[in-house]
Order: sequence, then structure tokens, then C-alpha cells
Amino acid sequence: MGYVWDFFAVARNADILLAGLGQTMLLSVCGIAVGVAIGGVLAAMRLSGRRTLSWPALAFTEFYRNTPPLVHFFWFFYGLPMAFGLTLPPFAAALAALGVQSAAFFAEVFRGGILSVETGQWEAGRALGMGRARLMRRIILPQAARRMAAPFVERSFELVKTTTLAAALAFHETIYSAMVIVTQTYRPLEVYTVVAGLFFVVLFSASQLAEWLEARGRRAGAR
Amino acid sequence: MTVAGDVVLQVEDLHKSFGSTEVLKGIDLSVRRGERIAILGSSGSGKSTLLRCLNVLEMPTRGRLILDGEAVGKPAAGGATRYREAELNRLRARVGMVFQQFNLFPHMTALENVMEGPLSVLGRSRAEARRTAQRHLERVGLGGKADAHPARLSGGQQQRVAIARALAMDPEVLLFDEPTSSLDPELVGEVLGVINDLSEDGRTMLLVTHELGFAYHFATRILFLHEGRILEDGPPEQVLKSPREERTRRFLDRFTAFRF
Repeated sequence: MGYVWDFFAVARNADILLAGLGQTMLLSVCGIAVGVAIGGVLAAMRLSGRRTLSWPALAFTEFYRNTPPLVHFFWFFYGLPMAFGLTLPPFAAALAALGVQSAAFFAEVFRGGILSVETGQWEAGRALGMGRARLMRRIILPQAARRMAAPFVERSFELVKTTTLAAALAFHETIYSAMVIVTQTYRPLEVYTVVAGLFFVVLFSASQLAEWLEARGRRAGAR
Repeated sequence: MTVAGDVVLQVEDLHKSFGSTEVLKGIDLSVRRGERIAILGSSGSGKSTLLRCLNVLEMPTRGRLILDGEAVGKPAAGGATRYREAELNRLRARVGMVFQQFNLFPHMTALENVMEGPLSVLGRSRAEARRTAQRHLERVGLGGKADAHPARLSGGQQQRVAIARALAMDPEVLLFDEPTSSLDPELVGEVLGVINDLSEDGRTMLLVTHELGFAYHFATRILFLHEGRILEDGPPEQVLKSPREERTRRFLDRFTAFRF
């Protein structure tokens, strides 16, 4: 006899799961915001042309790119209290780990986008007498932004999926909520299948929206 | 006070090295207001580097740069000069440049390209910048292309927009770095025509080019660079028709080897 699927077990607990999904979204949005802010600073440091700034930024980026994210979650949650007597609630610890780790990736996205703009564009702006900040704002960033869009979306999706690691800190996001429902219903297959479905719906819709926005941006640029 | 004929731009003992390669080996040059100088030389002679040092897109390794009687930068150790960014920006706003690769801003229309300098560097109002930009586009024969993005323009049209963009800053000196070298042969004429028409303004212009015929008609003075030094400096008639140096003669012979 085959396995009998029972999705009613999940449906009865939909409120728990949806609350978890809400927390996942909150953590994702905050994580992207923190990651973009720190990533912007890191990219600026690496592009500054000064070793005292670019080397620390490079070391930071390489460290976070080449170590598993779960370790960073544990460090912020369990490490900080031991090392500095600073205890963070699960959300803050997860946000810190996620923000700092994704900053390393966003920094690379920003740096790559800016470096992809031809040197002739910098020279044309400088030849007009534009200062560095204005040149960046008026000439370089508008062009770089279009090239950053696709990798930025890609990185953001990675970040959304990485938020599930916050379950390991007992933060009530989607996976943690799923585990709670599993212990009550003993229906792990159904619960996790629904979780996968939820992530798929959210991320697929977001990617469709991103593609539409990108296409619109391209049309505006090629006018 | 600006009078035609006084010295507008002067370089003294200009050196430029890239790593251990010395590209400019001591250039002394006085440019008088209203002069149109064509700079000739084979590739690697340093002519583009010289031009790019004049608006400090390349940082000279040594030497002095004097614009309108004012030295640019402060002397530093070893004959080098230290330049502050604000000072360089002011200099570049007064010394325009047209590039071989046009370097138009692809995210802006032709009109916006020409407006950008007056708007964001000279602080002009949007309405005024728009008015002068339109006028300059008409001057280069592209009044009807104001709303086109560079991708929609031919190479010749792009270069004419780039010329309008440089003119919109009303520069005291205008530099052309091989402005027709990346154009299809049939588009060269329209760009040279526009440059030639600028002569009537009396604006000081320096042009690096391989178009000897154009240099002959356009320039009031010709420099021939060889291995980082000025080998010949004189009116077109003399430099092109009776050059003093053997090197210059050999260079010119290569251009006239095939005649019909």
C-alpha cells in the first residue's frame, strides 16, 4: 500500500505556517537592506584605490564568501554572548549574520557593475570637469545599475533561501514553523512540500516581477 | 582680458612615463590663443599622451602646465607636480576634449549629453542648458536628432554630438584625440567638415590626426612628434612640404606612397 498524503494536517495549521512565512519575508527584506548598506561601503572601499581601505574590504569579502553561513549564524547567536557578554535575540542575531554575509556578495555585485562601465565613460565625465561624486551619480551608476540588476536579484534570492538557517536559532520563520507543525501532526512530507511550494510561489512571482522591470528598463535605455 | 595671440596654454619640460617606459621625454610648447595645431607622428610617438596630459587625463610625471598664466598644481619632490582634484576639475571645464571613441553617455539622449556639462559642472539652469545644447546640436547639423540615444546614431553623428558636448562648455582650448580614426571612411568627411567649420570661431584647437590633407588645410601650425619629443614645429606649408628632419620626411613619404 502506498503512502496516503494528508494535506489537511497542514491546512489546519496554515496560520502558523503563514506567520512563519511573514517572518521569513521580514528577515529577508531587512537582510537585503543591511546587506546593501554594508555591501555599498565595502564596494566603495575596494574601489577607493587605497590599500588601507581596499585590503580590509577584500579580506572581509573573501572570508564571508568562503565560509558556511550557518557558522556565522551560530557566531552571532552563541558566540557574541560568550565573547562579549552581548546577547542578541534570535531575529537580531539572524539579521546580523545574514546582513554581514550577504554584504560580501552584494559588494561584489556592485563592484562588478561599476567596473563593467567602460573607462571612456569615466574619461568623458572627467573631461567635462565633473568631480568624482557627481561623475559616479550622473554617469557611472545609472549605467552600472542596469548591469547589476540581474546578479542583484540572483543574490537576493540566495539570501531569501538562506534565511531558513535562522530556524537553527529558534527564530520563528517558515522552517521553524514547519518543524512545530511536524511535531504536532507527524506529517513532515506534506509540511515540507507545502513549504517548498510557498517559497516557489513567492520567489517565482518575484523573479517574474524583476524580469518585467528589467525589460522595462532596457526599453527605456534603448529608446 | 583675453586677446588673440597671447599665450593661452603652456607646457614646460613635460615628461610622462608608464612604468619604466618614458613616452614623453621633455616637451616644451606654447599655444597662442586662436592657434589651430595639428599634432602628427607615428603610433607610439606620444602624440595622444601629450594631448591627454594637457587636460591631465594623464598625470604628467614631471613638468609644468600653465593655463592663462596660472600654473596648474603645486610643485612636489623630484620635479613632479601635485594636483588637487578641484583644481583639475576647473582646468578640465576650460579645456574640452573630443575622444577617438566618442564616449557619449549611452543612457542619455543626444541633447542630454550636450546639456550635461553646463547643467552639472557650470551650474546652468535646465532651460538655459537645453537652449544652448539645442543650438550646439544645430551647429553640428544634428538639431533633428536631439531626442535620439547614441545607440541610434551613426559613428559620424555620435562624434558630432561629442563635439557639440565639448563646445557646450565654451572651452578656451579644445582638444581632438584622433576624432576620425574609428570612423568608417565615408563618415570621416562629415566630422572633419564640422571641425573645419569651428575655425571661424577663432577658438584654440589642438588636433591629433592621421589626416594629413585635413591638417594641411585646417591647421595654422603643425607639430611632428617622434619618440616623445617635438621634432618639427612650424606652419603646415613648411612642415608638410619642406620638412627639416629626415624622420619627418620618411613619415610623410609613407602617406604619399600611393597616389593616383
